[in-house]
Amino acid sequence: MSEARYALGVDLGTTNCALSYVDLDAGEAEAGRQQTLPVAQLTGPGAVEERSLLPSFLYLPHPDEMASDDLVLPWGAQPEFVVGELARERGAQTPIRLVSSAKSWLCHAGVDRRAAILPQEAPEEVPRCSPLNASIRYLEHLRDAWNHNHPDAPLGEQELTITIPASFDPAARELTAEAARTAGYQRVTVLEEPQAALYSWIQASEGAWREQVQVGDVILVVDVGGGTTDLSLIAVIESDGKLELHRIAVGDHILLGGDNMDLALAHVVAGKLAAQGTQLDPWQIRALTHGCRSAQELLLMESDRDTVPIVVPSRGSRLIGGSIRTELTRQEVTATLVEGFFPHVEAGARPQSRARTGLTQLGLPYAQDAAISRHLAAFLTRQIGATEDLTGIPTAPPNASFLHPTAVLFNGGVFKSALLAERIMDILNGWLTAEAAAAARRLEGADLDLAVARGAAYYGYVRRGGGVRIRGGTAQAYYVGVESALPAVPGIAPPVQALCVAPFGMEEGSAAELPPQEFGLVVGEPVRFRFFGSSVRRQDEVGTRLDQWAAEELQELGEIELTLPAEGRTPGEIVPVKLRAAVSEAGTLRLEAIPRQGAERWQVEFDVRS
Amino acid sequence: MTQRRPSLLARIPLALSTFWRIICNGEFAQGVLRLRQGVAPERAEPAAQPAALLQEAGPAAALQLLGLLQRDGRFIDFIQEDVAAFSDADIGAAARVVHEGCRKVMREHFTLDPVRGEAEGARVTLEQGFDAASVRLTGNVVGDPPFQGTLTHKGWIATQTRLPKLAVGHNVNILAPAEVEL
Repeated sequence: MSEARYALGVDLGTTNCALSYVDLDAGEAEAGRQQTLPVAQLTGPGAVEERSLLPSFLYLPHPDEMASDDLVLPWGAQPEFVVGELARERGAQTPIRLVSSAKSWLCHAGVDRRAAILPQEAPEEVPRCSPLNASIRYLEHLRDAWNHNHPDAPLGEQELTITIPASFDPAARELTAEAARTAGYQRVTVLEEPQAALYSWIQASEGAWREQVQVGDVILVVDVGGGTTDLSLIAVIESDGKLELHRIAVGDHILLGGDNMDLALAHVVAGKLAAQGTQLDPWQIRALTHGCRSAQELLLMESDRDTVPIVVPSRGSRLIGGSIRTELTRQEVTATLVEGFFPHVEAGARPQSRARTGLTQLGLPYAQDAAISRHLAAFLTRQIGATEDLTGIPTAPPNASFLHPTAVLFNGGVFKSALLAERIMDILNGWLTAEAAAAARRLEGADLDLAVARGAAYYGYVRRGGGVRIRGGTAQAYYVGVESALPAVPGIAPPVQALCVAPFGMEEGSAAELPPQEFGLVVGEPVRFRFFGSSVRRQDEVGTRLDQWAAEELQELGEIELTLPAEGRTPGEIVPVKLRAAVSEAGTLRLEAIPRQGAERWQVEFDVRS
Repeated sequence: MTQRRPSLLARIPLALSTFWRIICNGEFAQGVLRLRQGVAPERAEPAAQPAALLQEAGPAAALQLLGLLQRDGRFIDFIQEDVAAFSDADIGAAARVVHEGCRKVMREHFTLDPVRGEAEGARVTLEQGFDAASVRLTGNVVGDPPFQGTLTHKGWIATQTRLPKLAVGHNVNILAPAEVEL
């Protein structure tokens, strides 16, 4: 394989994808001159345009819906599905044929992510697609667009970084890496989005970041994308006289983002219209959502406007007679968005959870509490001990009830409305003042839409030793559930112990030690383990057994599965094995079973059919 | 161009019609005579036409732009409707849809710049050899450049055009398809 010429960063987002790249032959100054790939895509039947973002939507048209000539792409492909702008537009009108939010499904342990389950509400005859396959199609589209633009530098030979939410579990990380490999991306690394945002900020500062942060700073990255809210803490420490960045904590997977906000606002306005006797159909609600988004940005940016008119166009050709006029007021935006998603809460607040209904939830596990400030409070409180192991970070005062960040970096299109970023700063600084800590400052100058893709491309450059690297390794310690050896008591499930197999902070390319515990596995029969992760237990080592734990400490992830092939063994035979964890160069976790004798290794599957 | 030799059946009517034409048409008879003597028949040289100075713009791009303005800005719906019957408030509401959508189309597909950077109302000087296509002279147009005048409109120039690429055989005449909900 020839030497990579470019470092490519791919932001595989819930609602939009982007590809950014830097020329690796250029020096550090030039690395700032990064580019974004214009992605050719269908914007109408038979019409192809280049856009900097590729909407992450997949549309599966009816055979009679579009002529095959109308689906032709510049690189000659004529797929039977549509990806990008046209998919989004068509899908809004025919949702039963639309695959959206594939990324959220990729991290949903409750479903089989390789099974053709999307679109979820499609009738029988619509061909379905798995969350993994949808991701592969977006990546393939980006690959083809790149190759079409750079015939001399095929994508498979370039250095690639794909971003994922920091809160992705090992299975979702591995599935993302697998999607990339399937799509022909060969040198792939996965990078957490909040880190990518910080890399982009570092790069954009052109070296000035060293003046903007000091040793002892703890940077809170608040990344609110279209579908997810991602929180990370990154500490600035000194090592050998140089500034070093350490990602010390990541938040839970919160399915809550800008799309929810647009929808919330549209429903407020639709409710107002309904009160006046005008009922909107789903098509009109969509037009209204679109109108609310631009109106909301105006209201949150220009403080001298109190109302912005919104017009819901008629569906038929009678535009003037058939359109519905209404308006969005500042007060509605404040009440719905600012108070609804960013309410002033105490630092001790926790997200509220409603009791789940008895029926099994088949849809996406959306966040039950829409208040991002409460999720933030819970995150900072849980991570109060995150800096304990680091030297150079001032120890928290004894009265501190949460971890005190000193700087905040925002990312995501939601924060184009400056008022929302200000509100978070207000809330956070309120908490800090209450504990007599200095106010946190805001790190300015990030491109909210493209920072993740840019940071990812810059990371490829950094990996070659071109700039400061954020360290941190895995953001969780991982455990497998082991049944305690206790006498069976009828009606009571044997208590489960959690055995640590991967400690916190494993770096890429490293392997954990072998735990002392062995498991007896039956040859030829799949064995399932319960699997847990902890984002707070930093001290646990491989082999640590937990008999009990607080609900906040350990989170149960999807089950994991191991099958010992029967070759060379008698089916039914019991083989003692140990489980060893390793983190690949690509940044994904691997668990393998190692028998007492012999050089065989069996891979543990994270993604298990539910 | 090579032609197949006529068959016997085809030659009979040819011979008969040629016979009558030789009798009736002296010029034709002279041509046949020259052919029989082995001299190539004289061709009437087409009169030299003046080079085409006018060209017709292809309709494809214009239709495509109309389609985009309709898709994003409901432009055709708006123009085709009779505004006389509606109040200014109704027209104004619809105009917002048209304005926002058409503006988006313009921004996405064209890069527009003013032709002149000066503020409207400013005094400007046009030197000898200025581009008459980009600056239109009005009013007291006499004398020789340099011309002194007031900028009444700054002008617009499209510095970039980015229209969507179309699939071969795509029917641009359909500006907006009819919609049928099932």
